[in-house]
Amino acid sequence: MSNPYIPFPSEILEVIQHTAKEYTFRMKYVGEVKPGQFFEVSMPKYGEAPISVSGIGPDYVDLTIRKVGRVTGEVFEHYAGQSLLLRGPYGNGFDIALYEHGEVVVVAGGTGVSPVRGVISALAETSDAGDKHVIVGFRSPDDMLFRADLKDWAEKLDLILTVDGAPEDYTGNIGLVTKYIPDLPLRDPATAQAVVVGPPPMMRFSVQGLLQKGFKEENIWVSQERKMCCGLGKCGHCRIGMNYVCLDGPVFNYTQSKDMLD
Amino acid sequence: MGYVLKKEAFDQVIRELGKTYRIYAPVVKTGEGRFTDVDVVRYDFVGSAEEIELDKKSDYAFKELLTPLSETLFYFTENAVKEADKDPREALVFLRSCDLHAVKRLDQIYLANGREQDPFYKRVRDQLHFVLIGCAGSFDNCFCVDMGTNRSESGYVFSVDRSGEDYFCDVKEDAFRALFAAEGAEADVTPRYVTENPVHVSVPETVPVSIYKHELWDEYTARCINCGRCNFVCPTCTCYTMQDVFYTDNGRVGERRRVGASCMVDGYTNVAGGGQYRRTNGERMRFKVLHKIHDFRKRFGYDMCVGCGRCDDVCPEYISFSACINKVEKAVREEAADHE
Repeated sequence: MSNPYIPFPSEILEVIQHTAKEYTFRMKYVGEVKPGQFFEVSMPKYGEAPISVSGIGPDYVDLTIRKVGRVTGEVFEHYAGQSLLLRGPYGNGFDIALYEHGEVVVVAGGTGVSPVRGVISALAETSDAGDKHVIVGFRSPDDMLFRADLKDWAEKLDLILTVDGAPEDYTGNIGLVTKYIPDLPLRDPATAQAVVVGPPPMMRFSVQGLLQKGFKEENIWVSQERKMCCGLGKCGHCRIGMNYVCLDGPVFNYTQSKDMLD
Repeated sequence: MGYVLKKEAFDQVIRELGKTYRIYAPVVKTGEGRFTDVDVVRYDFVGSAEEIELDKKSDYAFKELLTPLSETLFYFTENAVKEADKDPREALVFLRSCDLHAVKRLDQIYLANGREQDPFYKRVRDQLHFVLIGCAGSFDNCFCVDMGTNRSESGYVFSVDRSGEDYFCDVKEDAFRALFAAEGAEADVTPRYVTENPVHVSVPETVPVSIYKHELWDEYTARCINCGRCNFVCPTCTCYTMQDVFYTDNGRVGERRRVGASCMVDGYTNVAGGGQYRRTNGERMRFKVLHKIHDFRKRFGYDMCVGCGRCDDVCPEYISFSACINKVEKAVREEAADHE
C-alpha cells in the first residue's frame, strides 16, 4: 500500500518575492490540481503546514508562503537551490466553470488572494471579463501580493485594489474591501456568483454586504482555513460540525458554511 | 459453539494462544493510579489468564494498541524516509461490548473517512482479533443500553464470562475450537450483557444550530479545566497531532510522530499567526459532545459515543457527559416548544 503520509521531494523552480514576509515558491509538479486546493509542505524537524495553491502551470504549482509560523519560518531559511517535501494536493478546490459566464464578484483579502489567484486569472481571460468584478484588499501598500497580476487584471477586468491603511502620499484606494460592495455595478445581483476568501471577520462582513446587495446564498462561495495535521480526514483538527475542511472543503457554498460554527 | 472451562484449563488456553498471538488485555496496575495507593486498570500485554482483569471496567481503553498516545510514523535520515517497523505478530484484544462497538468508530475514521485509508492504522488493525468480555452487570456511569452498544453478537473470536471457578466461552472462530474442546466441556454459552444501566440518556434526533450558542455550555466554561483526560480515556476519540523529533547529536536524523490530541486542550485549533477557533472550555465541550452524539451520526449514520462512561469516571471536575447529553436534549426540546 502506498503511504499518503510520506512526502515527495519537489524541486524549487523559482522564488518570487512579494513582500518582506511573503514569497511564492514555484514547485515542480505534474498532475491535476485546482485553484483552492492545498499541499502540505513538510519540513522535517519542524513539521508540516497546509499551503494553498496560488498558481498552476503545466509542470509546476505555485505556493505562496507567509513567514508566520515554525514551519514556514524554516522554509524561508533553507530553500536556496533546494527542493521542498510536499504531500497533496488536498481539498475540493474551486469549480471555475461556475464563474465562466455571467456576472461574478470576487472579494479577497491578504493571503486569501492566493487560493483565488487562479480563479481571477481565469476570469481575466473570459470573453465577458467586463462583467467580472474583483475586490482585492491588503493591509498596506507594502503588503501587496502578485503585483504583476494586479496590473494585468486591472487591464482585463473590473479590479478594485484597496488597502486598509497607507502613508499620506498614497494615491490608491484606502478602505476595507466591504466598502466597495454596495457600489458594484451589477445588472442582476440575484443571478451573479460570488467568491469570498480572507480572514474570518472579512469573510463574514463581505458575505453580509453581498446578501444586502441582493446575492442569493447559493451563489456565494467561501474558502475556509483551519489547523490541519493530515489533509486526509483522520487527525480531526479541521472538523467543523459534520464537515472536514480538508475533505469537504476548503471551498464551501455559503448555504452550507453559514451553519458551520466552530 | 460454547465451552465451559475450569480456571487452570482457561489459563492453559491463554498460554497456548500466547505462543501465536500477542494478548492485549485489561490489567490491574497496583499503585499506579492517579492518587497515592490507588490502582488503575490499563491495557497491557499478558502471558497468563491470571493477569487479565475480567471483573472491573478498564479505566483506559484498548485503543492505545491501534492509536498509541505517541507513535513513530517514519524516520528521516538525511534525504531518505523510512517507515517505522511494526510487530508482525497477530494480537488478541480482550474488550467489552461497548469497546467492540468502538472499534467500528475507529475504523470509520481511519479506514473510511476520506479517499485514503490510514496505512499506519490499517497495518495494526489487520492483525487484531477480539475477545469479548461479557458484562455481568452495569458499572458506574455506564449508559451502553441507551447507546445501543450493550450487546455484541459478532465481531469476536471467542467470549469469556467467569462465574466462580468456571469460564464460559462462546467460540465463534472455527480455528479456535480444537483448543477449547481439548480443555473444556461443550455447553450452550451466550455472552452475558447488560440490559439495564442506572444511568439513562436521551440523545436528541437533531441539534439545531441555535443550540451552539445556548447558555447550557457556560457551565462547562466555569467547571472544565481543559485537561483532556476525557479524550484520552475515550475509546472513540481519534484525533492526533503531528510532531517532529530530531536527535540532538545529529540534526540530520529524526522522526515524525503522531501524538494523541485533545479538542479540549489549548492549541487544538491554533493556526500559524495566532488564530484560534474555540477559546472557551464551554465551546470545546460543545464541539466534543455534539461530535459524539450528533455530528458523527450526520456524516456516518450512527452515534460515535458508545456509552462506556469512562469520561465521567476520569473527570477531575466531576463533569458528567451523560448529564450533558440530557441537558442538550432538554434544551433542544425547549427550543422546539418555543417555536410552536
